[in-house]
Amino acid sequence: MLADKDRIFRNLYGLHDWGLKGAMQRGAWDGTKDIITKGRDWIINEMKASGLRGRGGAGFPTGLKWSFMPKESDGRPSYLVVNADESEPGTCKDREIMRHDPHLLIEGCLIAGFAMNAHVGYIYVRGEYIHERERLDAAIDQAYEAGLLGKNNKCGWDFDLYVHHGAGAYICGEETALLESLEGKKGMPRLKPPFPANMGLYGCPTTVNNVESIAVAPDILRRGASWFASFGRPNNAGTKLFCISGHVNTPCNVEEAMSIPFRELIEKHCGGIRGGWDNLLAVIPGGSSVPVVPAAQIVDTPMDFDALRELRSGLGTAAVIVMDKSTDIVRAIARISYFYKHESCGQCTPCREGTGWMWRVLTRMAEGRAQKKEIDLLLDVAGQVEGHTICALGDAAAWPVQGLIRHFRHEIEKRIDDYAANPHSESVLQAAE
Amino acid sequence: MPKLIVDGKEIEVPAEFTLLQACEAAGAEIPRFCFHERLSIAGNCRMCLVELKGSPKPVASCAWAVRDCRPGPNGEPPVVNTKTAMVKKAREGVMEFLLINHPLDCPICDQGGECDLQDQAMAYGVDKSRYHENKRAVEDKYIGPLVKTIMTRCIHCTRCVRFTTEVAGVSELGAIGRGEDMEITTYLEQAMTSELQGNVIDLCPVGALTSKPYAFQARPWELNKTESIDVMDAAGSNIRVDTRGREVQRILPRLHEDVNEEWISDKTRFVWDGLRTQRLDRPYVRVSGKLQPATWAEAFAAIAAKVRATNAQRIGAIIGDLATTEEAFSLKKLMDAMGSPHLDCRQDGSVLHPKYGRASYLFNATIAGIEEADGLMIIGSNPRKEAPVINARIRKRWLRGDFKIGVIGEQADLTYQYAYLGAGADTLSTFTTHKPAQLKKQIWLIGQGALAREDGEAVLSMFAKSVQSVGGVVDGWNGFSVLHTAASRVGAFDVGAVPAAGGLTAKQMVQAKALDVLFLLGADEIEVENDAFVVYIGTHGDRGAHRADVILPAAAYTEKSGVFVNTEGRPQLAKRAAFAPGDAREDWAILRALSDVIGHKLPWDSLGVLRQEMFMAHPHLAMIDQIVPADASGLAALTALGGEAKKHAFKSPVTDFYLTNAIARASAVMAECSRLAAGRLPQAAE
Repeated sequence: MLADKDRIFRNLYGLHDWGLKGAMQRGAWDGTKDIITKGRDWIINEMKASGLRGRGGAGFPTGLKWSFMPKESDGRPSYLVVNADESEPGTCKDREIMRHDPHLLIEGCLIAGFAMNAHVGYIYVRGEYIHERERLDAAIDQAYEAGLLGKNNKCGWDFDLYVHHGAGAYICGEETALLESLEGKKGMPRLKPPFPANMGLYGCPTTVNNVESIAVAPDILRRGASWFASFGRPNNAGTKLFCISGHVNTPCNVEEAMSIPFRELIEKHCGGIRGGWDNLLAVIPGGSSVPVVPAAQIVDTPMDFDALRELRSGLGTAAVIVMDKSTDIVRAIARISYFYKHESCGQCTPCREGTGWMWRVLTRMAEGRAQKKEIDLLLDVAGQVEGHTICALGDAAAWPVQGLIRHFRHEIEKRIDDYAANPHSESVLQAAE
Repeated sequence: MPKLIVDGKEIEVPAEFTLLQACEAAGAEIPRFCFHERLSIAGNCRMCLVELKGSPKPVASCAWAVRDCRPGPNGEPPVVNTKTAMVKKAREGVMEFLLINHPLDCPICDQGGECDLQDQAMAYGVDKSRYHENKRAVEDKYIGPLVKTIMTRCIHCTRCVRFTTEVAGVSELGAIGRGEDMEITTYLEQAMTSELQGNVIDLCPVGALTSKPYAFQARPWELNKTESIDVMDAAGSNIRVDTRGREVQRILPRLHEDVNEEWISDKTRFVWDGLRTQRLDRPYVRVSGKLQPATWAEAFAAIAAKVRATNAQRIGAIIGDLATTEEAFSLKKLMDAMGSPHLDCRQDGSVLHPKYGRASYLFNATIAGIEEADGLMIIGSNPRKEAPVINARIRKRWLRGDFKIGVIGEQADLTYQYAYLGAGADTLSTFTTHKPAQLKKQIWLIGQGALAREDGEAVLSMFAKSVQSVGGVVDGWNGFSVLHTAASRVGAFDVGAVPAAGGLTAKQMVQAKALDVLFLLGADEIEVENDAFVVYIGTHGDRGAHRADVILPAAAYTEKSGVFVNTEGRPQLAKRAAFAPGDAREDWAILRALSDVIGHKLPWDSLGVLRQEMFMAHPHLAMIDQIVPADASGLAALTALGGEAKKHAFKSPVTDFYLTNAIARASAVMAECSRLAAGRLPQAAE
């Protein structure tokens, strides 16, 4: 279990003052200037050495991402964009950071901005996060007042930070759709290449990072890369916010070391599975877009990127959705499928047409009103969506379906058999004479 | 140039090529829906997926540049496969997705037979459906009187949205909703206002946007296709006229990179219903104040009697806007033979004259030259109304950036930004002594709005002076450009169809007591105010016919062959697609017969011989589709003209884009468009 001294988010539960004073007492804004004095290369090397992988879901090494930004400007400014459009079902970690520890994020923005030669940063906050936005705005005002942001600030790097709020579309969490939305256009993903580090916001080099990735940066730089790298297995370093929801006794958000076994995570922080470990059916370990993992496979798995990938799932945003045996797993995935159908932007064909198809078939399957051959059809359709789309939403829509069929095909078949075996599942119409 | 291996074949292509272009260069066929050469890349249909070695997923070849491909570990060229099982599967998958919500209404769809989806489903699809859910149905939208929508058929390629936004320059089409609820519509289902909106019909790869006037008229395989030239404006758009039997069923654009690319204006596209109505299909003679049907012999007899009794000095002729160059040549020869100097093709009163040299009346910069230019001054013209495809070209150049545009004249919405400098001659005069501009290739565009006025010569002189002083004409670049509105005008100038010494201009001919006999060759834009004996040779019962004493029914532009010279001086050959109705005859034949009757027989018995004569007299006309650059040295004579220009503002001659000639005025579709544009047509909100 992570010791209290090793926690980065020391006010995760909002028990203390969220403001600048409280944050400074907890160590924020401490020695920011010194970090900046050490220079760009030092910061990027330190971030690389820490092994921090992006916390937004894909797990791309953050230091490496920062290093893609041009060292010398070609006349265009560089931008930092923070993706606070946290919409993945099950995920609620960025919200807590913005509500209770906004100064970690703001300090991170300044340092990251310095590391990528950006004088301007934008935080794109999910439209539904109204209080978070207000809190963040207030915290930024405090930072400006205290001379920590803006021109000629105490930290030695001119930096302006703006909060922009979205209109509430899941797709705007995709980095290029987010940039489109930020530019005032319809939130539809862009074609890549060119990548944002080359042509991002307003056609300028841009890095888009998750809130958590940015918020942990100052502490990593203060306490050293080796400290951060000491948690978790190799290539899966650091501490991580887990958002555990579903059928556990005490659902919670918690900061833990990476690679903590699933059983330990649940036992220590969530009071165990509702009805005991035998009652566990399956877990979605990283937010709704990753495939479901059945109980037997997950209980002793270390919760990290690589171990979950071996289970053909993923850590995603570490939004652990626990489902006990009372769950109608087919209906649950059908509901997720509906979500993706609803949130598909409609730009490219496979996702626009495929998400609706998958949802409709799954909805029938949840009732059992389907043919067994349609299971393979569904798998085939999911395969036709996956990897053929502009952005990853197509993949995200296909994976839960693939996971369901991979592990719970028997459940669907049973449902179909039951439906077929019950001739009176629908009232029989009498022929009028 | 980087190397690339496509399907095992090594090719070298420029780095900025997309994979789609590279594959085509290598001879591989790539299906596509959303990609279009002249529009921005959307990459959304996913039909063009190919396998790129090293990439775990198939990539959209329309959006992936050759320079984005990484070479192999030992520097081998990138490998692209278009025929592997992965690509086949991907295409079948995308095709299946496109078809699941596409209605199976090909039998009642106007796109049938020329539908990209139909064709590609045959080539790349599978033969049966696995989709057993309900299909999506989308409500049809009203987007104007020209484009019919059947939105259930839409495959969301967004070509129409990109066209209206990028080429037409009006952001009127867009997509609302998201996911499978996405729908293409105009804001609140208003009618589109662009003059180029008809092009979305051609762009739509399916039957979602089809031609409203052509709805359910014919199938593409029933139509005879004739390649011809448009006469609605002076741009000389290349068109294809589709006919079934005698009737023109529709008009489509033809590709010509240097003229209209592949766009045509709505007037060009939809004017064809005007070819069926108000037609003059038999001769008429005015008897005791009333036009009576007559035979050709009676009509000719009436003319002959009048002409023979009249002194040649009291006979005049005006050439209309839609006449071919051969007709102008014939009429010129006939007037010469009669000994009358009174022949004019400038019914709008323009002061341009071939005596100042050919450069003085051409769009010397050429239409394609707009793309090379770095500056444009528009004087007394509204190119959006006078020549929409040229305006689209200007917009295309403007979008590329570094293009300064100034306007003197009307302050209209031209779909691009410009510096508005002033309204009239006063502003223009400030440029006569202007120091040379920093720009290398300027275009000085002058429209008839500045030239067809009483003080036109003074304005023309001022214009020539300005062009010279700011350096619009330099070695290798002639920016002196006249934008004409009449399709016949440049050709008529080329054959010298202007008043000879002592001759009257068109405006003078129609004044009271000016003449005793007046021939109108399709001249409908001029009011004949005198009591002359008017012989109208034309196609429609329009202004000219109403005033006529004898009507000789002639052929419209789709019903005859002839050379039209466009505003840049490019002779193009229009071909006959249909026959004129009833007793109507081709104009050259009427003129030939008339010449015989009045005793000055023209020396040709066929159009071929006439054309040969014309080519002999004016060799540059024989160079079909080629521009013979005009000698700019003649422009100096213009500067010497001088004169006093009046103060009133330049005004475009095209007040109503949809009703600029007799054919358009006979068209119900154009009438509806005109009412709509003027705000007089209540739109159905339903």
